[in-house]
Formats: sequence, structure tokens, C-alpha cells
Amino acid sequence: MTKMIAPQSVGVVVPQRAEFTTPLALRSGGTLDHYHLVYETYGTLNADRSNAVLVCHALSGSHHVAGTYADAPHNVGWWDNLIGPGKPLDTRKFFVIGVNNLGGCYGSSGPNQINPATGKLWGADFPFVTVEDWVESQARLADQLGIRRFAAVVGGSLGGMQAMSWALQYPERVGHVAVIAAAPKLTAQNIAFNEVARQAILTDPEFHGGHYYAHGVVPARGLKLARMVGHITYLSDDSMAEKFGRSLRHGRNTYSYDVEFEIESYLRYQGDKFAGYFDANTYLLTTKALDYFDPAFEYGGHLPAALARATADFLVVSFTTDWRFSPERSREIVYALLHNRRNVSYAEIDCPAGHDSFLLDEPRYHKLLSAWFDRIEV
Amino acid sequence: MTAYRYDYEVITQWIEPGEKVLDLGCGDGELLRHLMDVRQVQGYGVENDPDKLLGSVNNGVNVIQMDLEKGLVGLEDGFFDHVIMSLSLQAMHNTQGILHEMLRVGREAVVSFPNFGYWRHRQSILNGRMPVSESLPHQWFNTPNVRFFTIADFDALCELNGIAVRERLAFDEGKLMLDEPNFLASVAVYRLGRNG
Repeated sequence: MTKMIAPQSVGVVVPQRAEFTTPLALRSGGTLDHYHLVYETYGTLNADRSNAVLVCHALSGSHHVAGTYADAPHNVGWWDNLIGPGKPLDTRKFFVIGVNNLGGCYGSSGPNQINPATGKLWGADFPFVTVEDWVESQARLADQLGIRRFAAVVGGSLGGMQAMSWALQYPERVGHVAVIAAAPKLTAQNIAFNEVARQAILTDPEFHGGHYYAHGVVPARGLKLARMVGHITYLSDDSMAEKFGRSLRHGRNTYSYDVEFEIESYLRYQGDKFAGYFDANTYLLTTKALDYFDPAFEYGGHLPAALARATADFLVVSFTTDWRFSPERSREIVYALLHNRRNVSYAEIDCPAGHDSFLLDEPRYHKLLSAWFDRIEV
Repeated sequence: MTAYRYDYEVITQWIEPGEKVLDLGCGDGELLRHLMDVRQVQGYGVENDPDKLLGSVNNGVNVIQMDLEKGLVGLEDGFFDHVIMSLSLQAMHNTQGILHEMLRVGREAVVSFPNFGYWRHRQSILNGRMPVSESLPHQWFNTPNVRFFTIADFDALCELNGIAVRERLAFDEGKLMLDEPNFLASVAVYRLGRNG
């Protein structure tokens, strides 16, 4: 079979695995004595080890950020439009790393992996993890790779929160931070959506308290509903109206609960697809990590005080139609950085696609990222 | 990069090394780049045009996207040493609002604008045509300017709003005009403060 690889693709990539035997103390009080992370890298680490860029993933993302797999040529990385030779995050200049978060379901230690202490799948016994724990684990991976300081840490949505947390937990280890379509913390409305998603999973009869693997089933219905709710919040009202409107599958009302409106078809399709590959326990853990993230909490809710530790140069980007993490939330981050006299630029990209805009290659957005990455000296 | 503008020279003289400076309508960041290079300021630009904003990022200038017509919401009182608006005030609707905001977030404001009362502009009007000149380069039908005012008008506005004019320099094609500036100068640069 011949395989077409786009000229600017990083091409075929191979995930790697790093083992860690130094116990990792978690914010939730637990400890991971022995864990592993899967990751991918693109480009070449330079002699000074000064050109590394860490890309943090969002709720359903993974370490597969760019390129394809030899045995799965259609499995293209989730931010492939951004990363590659000649792309905004140019792999001729930078050494780019994607890591599957702890508790994830793409190969890093998580609910669907073996607990070394018991020899069985972790399932619901995998401890709660936070954004801070992820950063801590990623710092240890950087240690293993001999990376003292990242040229940049970047991410969108939950990944943007991780990037921000990097600047707070390891200010001396990160030169630049891009926080895209993110927020300094979730609102009650954000948490509410997450809670609906969790309840869909937790009340699925196939959930079995999180030990569904042992029963040979998955809570697919719950996971599907969770994804459907999520998807509504990722799109804007306008983009949904434009894509689907009130279009009817059969051109008329059929007075049934089968698919009638195209939006129903879309949501069911997305939900089913997601339930087929994602892990319900990971979904639960990750939404909780989102809910818990609030770096200003220990500063009495004062974000400028919380960001005082950060020394990195920041780029903050929001999208006009993103109501999940609206531009106002990004501006809070900008003003808090400004208060601390940090270098920060902020752009509000006019894009109709809602929260998902951060994954698109909207020209103004990518030109901006290009210009910003170009200024980074390695 | 746009051509070097002589109001930059004046503005630079008014900025002390290491100041915190906000430039409203910073374009591609040329002025801030200059102030960062020669005055080592901690500079931030405000720009709402995506292409110009990109220019600022290209120039390595901090730039915040914001609609100035909505004021400077979110910026702290008295945070900046100087808040600059170079040749942009005439293109804003909310003239009094932005002047108030500049002096809220800044210790001093620096404003430059084209003088509609310049003799060539008056001559043009007397001849029955709207003025087009170096300082007012657009035609009436495509100008971004929405407010047309003179040095005398601006002095009166400052008086009305309790704004202290700490310094005022007026130029004709880069030449300082000490006499009859409202008649002889095409561009004016003001250093403003709060009264009292």
C-alpha cells in the first residue's frame, strides 16, 4: 500500500515509554510508587538541550500530537496542523514532546493499566490526579530526557491550564508559555457540565463501581452521554446552527425518538465513536482534575498573587465564540500577568467554531503562533 | 514598518528609563520597540486590528487585544507611568472616555493628533474641499478619522474635563512651531496629567 505523507508532516512516529520508580506524592494524598508515561517526540534535541517544547493535551487528547503511525496511517496526531517542518511550531527548530497524562487511557499509568502492586488493572483504584501532579510527572520525564528548561510549554483548554501550572510550579524551567482557550479556573457552569457527564457514567449499570473491566463490559452508554454533553459545549450556537440548523434526516417529522434532526445524528455518532475508544474512568478522573484546578485558591482567590511566581513570557489566546472558556476568562490571566509586569501578549481570534477553534488552522491564529514561536530563541 | 514619525522623538524625550508604558493603538509596535530599545521601558501595546497585532508580535512587543471604545477595563488605577496615544484620538468615538481612562491607569498621558485648524487645512476648506495632507492623508470618504478638532478645541476640552496640560509641542512637517500653533502646526503632542 502506498502512503501519502503531507510535505509538512513529521511523518511516521513511534510512541516511547518512560518508567519511574521514585514515588510520586499526589495532591490527593495518595502516592504512585511506580508508574510510567508514554510520549512522542518530533524534531531533534539540540546540543544545548534548549529547544524543547512540551505540548500538553486536553480532556480527550493524548501523546499523539503530530504525525502518523506506520500501522495506522490515518491516525493523525491531534495537533498535526500546528506541528511539523515549516508549520507554526516548526520541528526544524524545536524538539517537540507530547505526553499522555497520568490517569490517561492511551498507555500512561492509569485506570486501564496494570497496577504493579496487585498485578491487576487499576480500574477505580487509580488515585485522583491533579494538574499539578501531571506537571510534576512531566518534570521527571524532562529530567530523564536531560531537559533542564523548556523553551516553551503550550496547550489548549485543559492543556493550557497545565502550561500555566508549569510556569507556577517550575518557573525556572520554562521560558515561554502559551495558554490557549483556557481559564484560570472553572466556573460553576463548567463544573456543572462536568458533573452531568460524570453522573451519566457513574449511573450506567455497566459501570460496576469503576471495575467494569473485570466484568468484561464498559459503561458505553454513560460515556456516550458524557461526550454528547461535552460536544455541545465545544461548539458555538452559530456553528451548530450553520452545520446542522434544524435539518431533518427524513425531510419531515417522523414523530419518533429515532434520529430526526441532524444534530441528534451528529451527537449520537460522536458519542458512540468516543465510547468505543475512550476509558470511562479516565474521563471521570480528568474532569475532576479540571474542576480542582484553581491556582489562586491558596492566595485567597487573588489570581495576580498566584501568578507572581511565573517568570515566563506568555502568549494568551482566546476565541470570540468560545463560551466554554470565554475570552473574559483569558483576560483574567492577562491582567494578572500584567499586574506582575510579566511579558504577555493576548489575542482574541475571531473564529466561529467555539471552544474547538483551538484545534483548527484558522489563518490568523496560526500566523500569530508562528510569529510568537519565531521570536523564541533557542 | 511604517515611516518614522517625528512625534516619536518628542514622546521619547518625555519617557524616563525603565518606566511602565502603555501604548494605545500601538499598530505594529514601532514606538514601543523604540522605547524598549532606547529607554528600556516595560512596554505594553493595545491593538484591536488582528494584522497590526501580528506586526507587534513579530516585533517582539507585548500587545493586548482590546477595543479601546470600551475603555481600559481590567487595567489597574495608576499602574503605568505613561499612557500614550499617538495619532489615534481622532479615530475614536469615545474621546472623553478614553482620556479619562488614560489618566486613570497612567500617571501621565501623552496624546498626539493632527490639527484640523492648520492653515493648509483651513485654506482647503475655504476652497471648498475637505483637507487632504501629510497629517490628514485620507479622503473624506475613506478616512478612519471620526473626530475633527483643532489645538484650540483640544485645549478647551482639557479645561472642561479638568485635565492639566503639562506640556504642549506643535509641529509643521517636523519643525517646532512656537507661535500661533493652532494656525501654523499640522500636528500637536501633549503631555497631560490630572489636576490637583
